[in-house]
Amino acid sequence: MARILLKMDDLDALEAQSVFILREAFNKFDPIGLLWSLGKDSCVMIWLAKKAFLGRMPFPAIHLDTGKEFPEAYAFRDTFSKEWNLDLIADDCPPIEAVDASLPPASRFAARKSLGLQQAVDRYGFKALITGIRRDEQATRAKERVFSPRSVDNSWDFRGQPPEFWDQYNTEFPPGTHVRVHPLLHWTEVDIWRYIERENIPMVPLYYAKNGQRFRSLGEIGITEPIESNATTIAEIITELEATRDPERAGRAMDHETEDSFERLRTMGYL
Amino acid sequence: MSANNTARERAFPIVIVGHIDHGKSTLIGRMLHDTNSLPTGKVKELQSSCERRGAPFEWSFVLDALQLERDQAITVDSTQIWFHTENRRYVIIDAPGHREFLRNMVTGAASADAGVIVIDAKQGVSEQTRRHAYLLHLIGVPQVVVAINKMDLVDYAENRFKTVEAEMQAYLQEVGLTAQAMIPVVAMHGDNLAKRSENMPWYAGPTVSDELDTFPRPTATVERPFRLPVQDVYRQNGRRLIVGRVESGQLQIGTEVSVWPTRRSAKVVSIERWASPDTATEIQAGQSVAITLDDELFIERGHVLTLPAAGPRSSNALSVKLFWLSSDRLRHGESLTLKLATAEYEVVVDSIDTVIDVEDLSRHRGHEVQQNGVAEITLRSRSDITYDLFHDIPALGRAVLLDGYNLVGGCIIQGGGDIETASRNLTAVPQSVTTDERETANGYPGAVLWMSGLSGAGKSTLAMALQRELFNRKINVYTLDGDNVRNRLNRDLGFSEEEREENIRRVAEVAKLFADSGTIVISAFIAPTNSARAQAREIIGDQFHEVFISADMSVCESRDVKGLYAKARLGEINDFTGISSPWEPPESPDLEVNTGELSLDDSLEKMISYVEQSILKSAN
Repeated sequence: MARILLKMDDLDALEAQSVFILREAFNKFDPIGLLWSLGKDSCVMIWLAKKAFLGRMPFPAIHLDTGKEFPEAYAFRDTFSKEWNLDLIADDCPPIEAVDASLPPASRFAARKSLGLQQAVDRYGFKALITGIRRDEQATRAKERVFSPRSVDNSWDFRGQPPEFWDQYNTEFPPGTHVRVHPLLHWTEVDIWRYIERENIPMVPLYYAKNGQRFRSLGEIGITEPIESNATTIAEIITELEATRDPERAGRAMDHETEDSFERLRTMGYL
Repeated sequence: MSANNTARERAFPIVIVGHIDHGKSTLIGRMLHDTNSLPTGKVKELQSSCERRGAPFEWSFVLDALQLERDQAITVDSTQIWFHTENRRYVIIDAPGHREFLRNMVTGAASADAGVIVIDAKQGVSEQTRRHAYLLHLIGVPQVVVAINKMDLVDYAENRFKTVEAEMQAYLQEVGLTAQAMIPVVAMHGDNLAKRSENMPWYAGPTVSDELDTFPRPTATVERPFRLPVQDVYRQNGRRLIVGRVESGQLQIGTEVSVWPTRRSAKVVSIERWASPDTATEIQAGQSVAITLDDELFIERGHVLTLPAAGPRSSNALSVKLFWLSSDRLRHGESLTLKLATAEYEVVVDSIDTVIDVEDLSRHRGHEVQQNGVAEITLRSRSDITYDLFHDIPALGRAVLLDGYNLVGGCIIQGGGDIETASRNLTAVPQSVTTDERETANGYPGAVLWMSGLSGAGKSTLAMALQRELFNRKINVYTLDGDNVRNRLNRDLGFSEEEREENIRRVAEVAKLFADSGTIVISAFIAPTNSARAQAREIIGDQFHEVFISADMSVCESRDVKGLYAKARLGEINDFTGISSPWEPPESPDLEVNTGELSLDDSLEKMISYVEQSILKSAN
């Protein structure tokens, strides 16, 4: 019998792995939600969820709204929450006054999201939250598990992480634990853009260069800076990224305030 | 289509393992630098951070980015980082060498296609080097290269390299792992990592990166039998979509599939996709798929779809090779959850068959497995487990073990449990004379009087007296005596805890056969533990009568008919019950006879009256 041997390429393999993770999470945790930052990674993740569940994402997309997103980002949210038929939760994050005042300014600002996340967990009782972090973004994220438990106070015990291998994710936890699920952990920044290109996934326009500048990593107004770039198309972005040796989050202020500021944010529950 | 849209090869995953301080992180940091894979400013950032701390810069800081790690100077968790040679991209998994972090080493290594074992040339092969090498082999990392590091500390001496090389080669050979290359390196200065060293002209072999570039990717599992473990079943528009990842093989629309363990079949009607230009009528290993079938079979998570002609194995007992990660020791009889592909089974540790010392690779019997230990054990489940052998189809031939919330170990499947496989091929022929008929004919039921007590308590004496008395009453009676059985049937067994349990198991089985034949069996064994007696009770069932021949240790020792206590006290006998091996008195025996207080006649009288009341009069 003649057989057509399909050869899976690297994007096929990444997609298959992420779909597998999303299906595991949906099977094991109820209620579950997906954190939608409006950025490229979480948009890719929604796309993957639609692949995993055949066109309909069967859980809410949660936008932790600080009121400080760029107008283009809000416009994108309003358009695509409808277009993608999302069950959107977009509650306001607690005010800056509620955040630990000992943090440096940008980290303190960013920590509003951590409180917003805690608020969502408390308000809706989520057992698990799907987030779009990747190992190549930042050194502390490289330590993450695919299914990563958080204690009652939302903190991350990176020293005592459970073993995780052979795609057997930890799904049994004591009451009060909530789990972060990371379907994109094994992707790189270039992988993300190549997948966006292949799948033709809509993105916030701020990622594409205008007047010699574009956002490589998208955060909020005031704590996110654009980079010098002339990349106006996905193909140009990929070419740019394959040549660059600058870190992706160079434009995110809270990563660089003090040596351990991002690590402190993460142990406190930041993504 | 842009040039960027062409398929790229996936990054090749490699894991770096070895003893703490042998230089794994340094090797990675330097390798990243030498292959131009580091972000701009990273080295400068770390160098200035070191200056602020007044500490010398080290290449390992590139990876050990967490505050804690710099302060304690050990890699706590596995870290992933990408680098590239001219030929391909790699993702390196740095695994911690510290013993207490073995779980993280396994977490990292399990996803690698190749391993680099780093050994300090001065220190040589250490315990953790061996443990890591053994685990690489066990979890199925197929190819390794050995980097013998810090050659500068041994004056780049070829002799020293040869010594360490020979030592490691010997170990790997015995494990069954072949190192593709052994390379002398100085990670700190980059010698023989990506660039050839000028300090070791006597070495003509490849550099580490040259060698890695030659490693082939593991062969795809497409050519192996089809396996689709069911992840979930979704209902959509009145249809049932079976979803899961194809772990091996391939399949076309229209093919008939079998469902395990139900062994029902149906045809694949469609392959479902969303927003995909892919119209292939075939699915294959590695894909996460959704399919529909032509029949509404009962299918749920944990079931496995296969082709009818090439099904998986099925057994309720598995013989596995285990690596144990929990700080609590694993013991025989423990209940755990086995997660195999998408299925979960409640299992009991039926036996710990062999404990393997990864240091010298010796194998010995044992009754527990310590943290980070390796052992061959048998697991038993109440339901049938669908599986394959690890070397046939890895994804269906390996599993993790959970104790409550915690993942406590991993195992690879070597076969169905011996007991189970053997008995699966046997069919018990029903007896043509039933137990009831025998009881009616004899006027009394078969029974086992299970006497236990310390050596010297008077078990044998009482057993023989009781046997004579019952025989005189024309009752079929037979005594199984410890020493007699050990000289014949059980002469292959010693006196370790496990062998004692096996001794009792066999005696119980023999006693049951006698009892089934209508005989009253008197057994006189020390049977020192509650678990041994519980096992005997389980085997024999309702016909089991527990008789405790109680006498104080001091009484038994003063009698010392066989002179054994004296020898045990002198240390001439090991594992002597009550002295150098534990004695657990029965908790609720059916009859207790205290031979320390009663005379032989009175003791006998008490036993006869029990037999009359509880066995002879119970006849229907």
